[in-house]
Amino acid sequence: MSSATIPPGAEAPIFYETEEHHHEAGASTMLGFWLYLMSDCLIFAMLFAAYGVYGGSYAGGPDQRELFELPLVAVNTAMLLFSSITYGFAMIAMDENRKGATQAWLAVTGLFGLAFLGIELYEFSNLIHEGAGPWRSAFLSAFFTLVGTHGLHVTFGIIWLVTLMVQVGRKGLIPDNKRRLQCLSLFWHFLDVIWIGVFTFVYLLGVLR
Amino acid sequence: MSAEPHAPAHGASHGHDAHGHHGDHHGDGHAHGSRKSYMTGFLLSVVLTAIPFALVMTDAFADTRVTAGIVMAFALVQIVVHMVYFLHMNSKSENGWTLMALIFTLIVVVIALTGSLWVMYHMNQNMMPGMGAMAGAMSASGDVGGGM
Repeated sequence: MSSATIPPGAEAPIFYETEEHHHEAGASTMLGFWLYLMSDCLIFAMLFAAYGVYGGSYAGGPDQRELFELPLVAVNTAMLLFSSITYGFAMIAMDENRKGATQAWLAVTGLFGLAFLGIELYEFSNLIHEGAGPWRSAFLSAFFTLVGTHGLHVTFGIIWLVTLMVQVGRKGLIPDNKRRLQCLSLFWHFLDVIWIGVFTFVYLLGVLR
Repeated sequence: MSAEPHAPAHGASHGHDAHGHHGDHHGDGHAHGSRKSYMTGFLLSVVLTAIPFALVMTDAFADTRVTAGIVMAFALVQIVVHMVYFLHMNSKSENGWTLMALIFTLIVVVIALTGSLWVMYHMNQNMMPGMGAMAGAMSASGDVGGGM
C-alpha cells in the first residue's frame, strides 16, 4: 500500500498533457475534405442507383437511343478531361510558387469548366424542346437529377475557383490559399471521376441498351 | 495522432522548427503530383475514354453485352487511374485514413447499388409487369393482364 503513495517532496505524476497538443492550422482540413467527398460520393451512388432502377421506365416516351447524341457527350467529356489536366498544371505551378502561372492555369481550367456547363445546358435545352423534360418519364427524371446534380457541382466548383483566383490575386500563394487550392483540386478531380461513371453507365450503356 | 513517434519531443525543447516539421508531415499526407505523373494520368485517361466511345459509336461488336462488359471494365480502370494520378490516393496519406474512408465508401456504394438493382429488378419481374412492357401492352391491346 505504501508503495502506491507518492513519497513526500516528489513531484506528482501528471496524467494529462501539460502542453496543449499543437496542430498546425488546417492540418486536418485535407482529411476532413476527403471525408466530405466520400459522403458526396454516397449521394451520387444513390442517384446512380435510382437511374439504374428507373433507366428502363420510359412511360411510352423516348428512350436513350433516341435521345442521346454521343458526339456531343464525347466533346463534353474531353472538356472535363482537359480541365483536369490544366488544374494539375495549376497545382504544379503552385508548388513552384509561380503565382502568375497558377492564375493562368486556373483561368484555363475555369474556361473548360464553363464550356462543359455550356454544352450540358445546350443538351438539356434540346431535350426539353423535344418534349423529353424531366417530367416525361421516370427515366428522364432520374437522368436529369443525376446529370443535373453533377452539373450543379461543376457550377459550384467554378464559383469556388473564381473565389480562389481573387484570393490568390489579393494575398498571393500563402499557405492558407495553397491548402484551399488543394481542396478544390480534390473536388475538381472527384467530379471528373463521377463523370466517368455518368458517361459510361448513363450514355454509353444507355445507347447499348 | 497521439501515438506519433515524435510525441516525446513535445517538451520544453519544443521549438518552432518542430512545429514546422509537424505541419510538413501532415502536408505531405497528400502527395503532389509531378508534371510527368499528371501527363501519364492524362494520356491514360484519354485512351481509356476514347476506346469505349469508339467501340459504342462504331458498333464494333455484334453482341452488345460484349461491348457493355468492355466499356465497364475501361471505366473501372479509368477511375483507378484518376484516383492514383489526379487524386494522389495511396495507402500512406493521412496515416491511411483516406484509404480507409474510401474503402468504407466503396463497400456502402457496392451494397447500395447492387442491392437496389437486384431488389428492384426482381420486384419488377414478380410483382408487376415491367414498365416498358406494360406501356407497350397497354398501347397495343389495352389488355391489363398482358405483362411479361
